[in-house]
Amino acid sequence: MLNISGIENGIVLDHIPAGKAMDLYRYLHLGNVDNQVAIIKNASSQLMGKKDIIKIECGLDEIDLDVIGFINNKITVNVIQDGKIVEKKRLHHPKRLTNVIRCKNPRCITSIEQELPHVFVLTDKATNTYRCLYCEEKYTRH
Amino acid sequence: MPRHLMNPMDLTVEEIQSLIDLAGDIERDPDKYAHACDRKTLATCFYEPSTRTRLSFEAAMYHLGGHVLGFSSADSSSAAKGESVSDTIRMISCYADICAMRHPKEGAPFVASLKSSIPVINAGDGGHQHPTQTLTDLLTISSLKGHLDHLVLGLCGDLKFGRTTHSLIEAMSRYEDVEFILISPPELRVPNYITEMLGKKHLKYTEVQSLEEVMPVLDILYMTRVQRERFFNEDDYVRMKDFYVLDKPKMELAKKDMLVLHPLPRVNEISVEVDDDPRAVYFKQAQYGMYIRMALILTLLGIEV
Repeated sequence: MLNISGIENGIVLDHIPAGKAMDLYRYLHLGNVDNQVAIIKNASSQLMGKKDIIKIECGLDEIDLDVIGFINNKITVNVIQDGKIVEKKRLHHPKRLTNVIRCKNPRCITSIEQELPHVFVLTDKATNTYRCLYCEEKYTRH
Repeated sequence: MPRHLMNPMDLTVEEIQSLIDLAGDIERDPDKYAHACDRKTLATCFYEPSTRTRLSFEAAMYHLGGHVLGFSSADSSSAAKGESVSDTIRMISCYADICAMRHPKEGAPFVASLKSSIPVINAGDGGHQHPTQTLTDLLTISSLKGHLDHLVLGLCGDLKFGRTTHSLIEAMSRYEDVEFILISPPELRVPNYITEMLGKKHLKYTEVQSLEEVMPVLDILYMTRVQRERFFNEDDYVRMKDFYVLDKPKMELAKKDMLVLHPLPRVNEISVEVDDDPRAVYFKQAQYGMYIRMALILTLLGIEV
């Protein structure tokens, strides 16, 4: 059994689908933070069989919860203070994402005007569809 | 904040009706509007070539007594020096009262509208939107049929890539009892999101390949051109471009009051022998394009006559 020490103050992202932790790591730009970050892959889970977990020693305002909601709003966000869970945040699909994903449409104005922010808006909640604010191209993950 | 027009669906059915009514009044009494835009200037910012759209915007402004300035290709604008659309529109806003913008990149007119202090009209952005074409189509149907509801609308040709057909289907789906007959080769069928939208609204639609088969039931036939630039393979293009050719024998199958529309330019999908048929209204449609743009300019500038 592998033991990873708990964190005193920060957040724990639990119930990440197995294999998706690194995606989240990239989207949250965790490679750029100086704080302690622990990634646990393929932890056993009663609910999911296997899951990934990320523990981050940081303040809640340092993490973009919208990005997590966009990737998977079933992920549990536990807020830790003094080593204890003080809050569980509910995530929603954010209405708008700025500079999180990029428009891949080669005909989009963002392809030639580099200074424009890449903005996506949630156009269909039922299907979790995001479209580029400018060209309305649907975002596809692959 | 100025009002812009980016997408035909930005307008409510009531707003579209107001534009149609105004365009109708302009057609009946053009002299009444001959000085409506005295001392007003339209900027036509065309980053790619266009004949019909640019000339109809310019004609519309001249018929309203206004002035026109602008450019007709990116090469002759400061875009060639690398200026952004946002900077260009801020500069244009100092010289003109309203702007019509065509751009090969999708969303460019929208980007302009975010920074503009004057109304911006999307005059076509890549394969995305072309709202004044849709308004032209609606005005043509409304003026010549007298109504936009209770119609059987056939759309024929390239229904996959043709933005005009997608916009027209969306716009017409808001009127009561409109049935859509989608006529195309299997390779150029309408995208799923359009049929899904029709399905969600419980609207009647049929996808067919044979034009002859459905000619007798159509009230409107909207023909489209198969665009060469959409194909990677020349053989596929040649095969598709000859798939539908509307000619006299096919017109004989149609109702006496059926109308043939086409956004133009045509290549060979409508034989020139059809041009003299009174049901062929595509050149009249181009004229309606000017009237609806006149109505749009007046409305966005808030000018009442």
